[in-house]
This record gives sequence, structure tokens and C-alpha cells, in this order.
Amino acid sequence: MQHEVIVAGFGGQGVLLAGILLAEAALQDGKEVTWVPAYGPEMRGGTCNCTVIVSDELIASPVASEVSFLIAMNEPSLQKFGPIVRTGGTIYHDSSSGDTLLDRDDIDIGAVPAAQIAAEIGSPKVVNMVMLGALVGSSGLTTRDTLVSVMEKQLVGEKARFVPLNIQALDAGIEIARQHAKKSGK
Amino acid sequence: MTRILIKGNEAFAEAAIRAGCRHYFGYPITPQSEVMEYLARRMPEVGGVFIQAESEVAAINMVYGAAATGARSMTTTSSPGFSLMQEGISYMAGAELPAVLVNVMRGGPGVGSIQPAQSDYLQATKGGGNGDYRLLTYAPATVQEMADITMKAWDKAEKYRNPVLILVDGFIGQMMEAVEFKDEPATEPVEHTWAVGIRKEKRPLRRITSSHMDPADCERHNRHLKAKFDRIRKDEVAWEELYTEDAEVVLAAFGVVARVCRAVVERARKEGIKAGLIRPITVWPFPYRAFRQRVRTAKAFFVVEMNEGQMVEDVQMAVGYDAPVYFYGRNGGIVPQPNEVASELQKILAGGVTPREDRI
Repeated sequence: MQHEVIVAGFGGQGVLLAGILLAEAALQDGKEVTWVPAYGPEMRGGTCNCTVIVSDELIASPVASEVSFLIAMNEPSLQKFGPIVRTGGTIYHDSSSGDTLLDRDDIDIGAVPAAQIAAEIGSPKVVNMVMLGALVGSSGLTTRDTLVSVMEKQLVGEKARFVPLNIQALDAGIEIARQHAKKSGK
Repeated sequence: MTRILIKGNEAFAEAAIRAGCRHYFGYPITPQSEVMEYLARRMPEVGGVFIQAESEVAAINMVYGAAATGARSMTTTSSPGFSLMQEGISYMAGAELPAVLVNVMRGGPGVGSIQPAQSDYLQATKGGGNGDYRLLTYAPATVQEMADITMKAWDKAEKYRNPVLILVDGFIGQMMEAVEFKDEPATEPVEHTWAVGIRKEKRPLRRITSSHMDPADCERHNRHLKAKFDRIRKDEVAWEELYTEDAEVVLAAFGVVARVCRAVVERARKEGIKAGLIRPITVWPFPYRAFRQRVRTAKAFFVVEMNEGQMVEDVQMAVGYDAPVYFYGRNGGIVPQPNEVASELQKILAGGVTPREDRI
């Protein structure tokens, strides 16, 4: 199986980091992975995105015409990448700033009040981890435990104190995905 | 061995360290700057030299200087920077100095864009500087291959006493993939019989130069170089083939585009279309034979590049007038998507596309 994921949002939201953690976790699970960042003018202020491919086999094309999953951390990202989510695919978007309309009924769209949850947990910086949690909770791309072990490896020294906060955000996202699945009868 | 997730640009850098390169000179430019960032940190750890030069012109001449002493040296840059280096590269080829050069291509001409492109193919393979010289030029398609090729690049450069070029696009420079750095230690740097330096014992003076003012001497030197380039042509050409034996249409691409085409070919095969792929691993020397071999069986060749059609000239040269050669390109920094290449392939099979013809 091969799955393509786009993580997109504003520069500074941890879009690239969320993608790296997902790629590192999938690699630790023994999968093949590619991670491709946007490195153009958009990352110099404005929107930012990365594409992660997770596969059981060698990945031929790291360029994806269609994706299975989209994590949209802002409205422009949802509008830009929503159309390339393939039929049967899944979108999680940050719904904190209001209802979002995307004219598609052939995909599963989950609203995650990520900014709100992150603020409740105590830091707006963990919005990306809430969104990553939602993806992990529903996609089977990797497991919570693998992600936690990757976080523990990456956040060392001074940064180690941020691990519990990030795990809390991840778990909140996983819970949202669980509720969403229950609601949509999956 | 464990596999680590690493950027293409960082793979160049780490592989260089492991290959025994201890002299790096460069100037920052997107999309290759991670090589410098990595080596600025790593070189001091292994007792090497890292210099951020004042320009690409300075950087390549520092490489010339280090290489003249026999040291394993390197520079990396991106398209406009590579243009600035051409004089130094020509001098190195003339003076027969080994070094490893990397061009992480971006859109051109001129400043162009900072996004991935393959539009320096002709500059790389047909000579960008003055004079009659060639560079052994590799075009890796995965981060693992970038590491593997870099590891052996100095061995090749020293074997032929000629710079080796690794040509990639910004896409694979920026992409992360899992890499295993194979644990073979680098070939021990040898005491070169031609290298200049401080004479510790009495030996004849050595001279490194590309100057041959006597025309007969200059011609002799050119013939000597030609013989060397012919050896490289014969012994170093490398390519990969996929499903070409019974292919009715043979796709051709290098670098990341070859991977896009691979996905297209795999999908086409599932749909019963007899498609194949030839991926040059060395773009100079170019694997003409690989194409020539398929002329009898393939009804058409289809070249895909991130430029307006450069490698397509080499494919036309290989195929002659025996089969049509089609071309599809995106450029300026746009990477062709699998879907658009697949749909172009469908159009070609349906007879709705005019073959590319550069021999007007």
C-alpha cells in the first residue's frame, strides 16, 4: 500500500516538522518514505506545505498528482489542496476559525478545532501536533507509540521539557479522530 | 546498518566526509545551501577545511588550489553559481585536476527561479567552459544514489585526473529519504605523483597548469585528453532499464523525472500498455547503446525533462531516423506530475502528437 499526505498551513505553524515526524515514524515502522518540502517564496512568509509518501514498497514517484490525506491548517491550504485529494480520501482541517466549505462529498472531511485545543493545552505552538494526532488516529500510517518515541529522540536537551506538552496535543488529536470516526459510522 | 532520514543535500555532505573529502569551498545559493550548512558544522569535527568563499568564482579557484596539492576537495552550487564556475572548471580539466562538483539545478536562464529544473543538461554534458573537455557527469535519482555516487566520486576523479560533476535538481536536493551510508571506508588518499606542495625530499619540480603556448604542445595535450575521455566513455557509462525488452514505447528521463516516469510506466503496464524506461545514470557519457539496442523493437521513444528539451537531442542522436522521438517538458521550476505524463503518453499512443525534431 502507498499513501500520500500533504501537510499545509502558514509558515511558522510547524508544517514541515509535522511532516518530518510522520516520515521518521513511518521509517521506524519499517516503511519506505519520502518527504518533500515547499522551499519557494511561499515559505518566506505565507503558506507552506510538505508532501510525505509512506509505502510498503520502494517509492517510484515522490511527486504526487493525487493524495490520500490532507492536513490543512488554514483555509488557503484547504482550498488549494482539497481538489487533489482522491475519492475516498480524508481531509482534516483546523476548524477553529469557523466553518469551512469545500464542495466535495466523495471524501471524508474532519473538522479539528486544533487552535482552540492547543490554546486549552497551553501553547498555540502545538496546533501541528493536534492535527498530526488526528491523522494518526484515523489513517493507520503509523502508531501513537512510534510517534512518541520519535518525539523523544528529536526533542532532547533543553527541548526535552516540551515532550509531555506535545504528547498531550497528539492525544487530543487522536481523540478527535476517534469521535469523528464514531460520528461518521466508521 | 540503520537507515536515516536525510535530505539529498545533506547526503552529499555526509558522503563527502566519509569519502575522505576534507576541503570544501562554496557560496550559498538556493536550493543547495543545506550542503554548506551541514559541512560548516561537520568539517571542523573531522579536522577539515570549510570556507564560505566571497563568490562562486573564488570557490572554484580554491578547489583548484586544494586539488593541485592532491587534497580531496569539493564545491556545490546551483545553476547561476555553476555558470560562474565555468572558467575554473575548464582550467581544472586543462590542468587535469580531480575534484567533485555538484550542481543542484534550478530554473533558468539567468536568475530564473529557485525551484527545481534540469535546464543545465547541455551546459553539463557538452561543456560549459571554453576548450575541448568533458566531465564525467552523474545524474542520481534517489537520495541513496546521491550518497553512493558521492562516495565513489573522488576515486573516479583521481583515476582520470578530471573533475567529476554530480547533476541533480532542486527537488532531490531538498527531498528527504532513508539512506544507509555503507560502511566501506574511503580509499586512502594516495600520494599523487603529480601533486604540488612543499618538497620534503629532493625530487623534480612539478608544475600544474592548463597553459600550452606552443601549438604543437597544445594539440598533443588535447589528444591526450581526448584519449582519456574515450576511456571514460567506454568504462564509465551507466544506465538503468525497466521493461524495455518488449516495450513498444520507451520513455527516457533522468533524475527525479525518471521516478515520475517509472510510476507512469508501472501504471501503463497494469493497463496492458507495453511501456518501458531508460534512465541514464551518467548523462556524460550518455548511454547511446541502450537506446540503439531498442530501435528494432520500440515503435517510439518518449523523453520527459524539466526543460524545453535538452537530453532529447542525445536520444535523437542515438535513435537516428529509425523511430520517432516524442518530448514532454515542464520548466521554470515546475515538476511534471505523473498524471500529465501519463496523459501525454496516451495522446502519443493515439497518434495525436507530432514527434520532436531538432534536426531542422
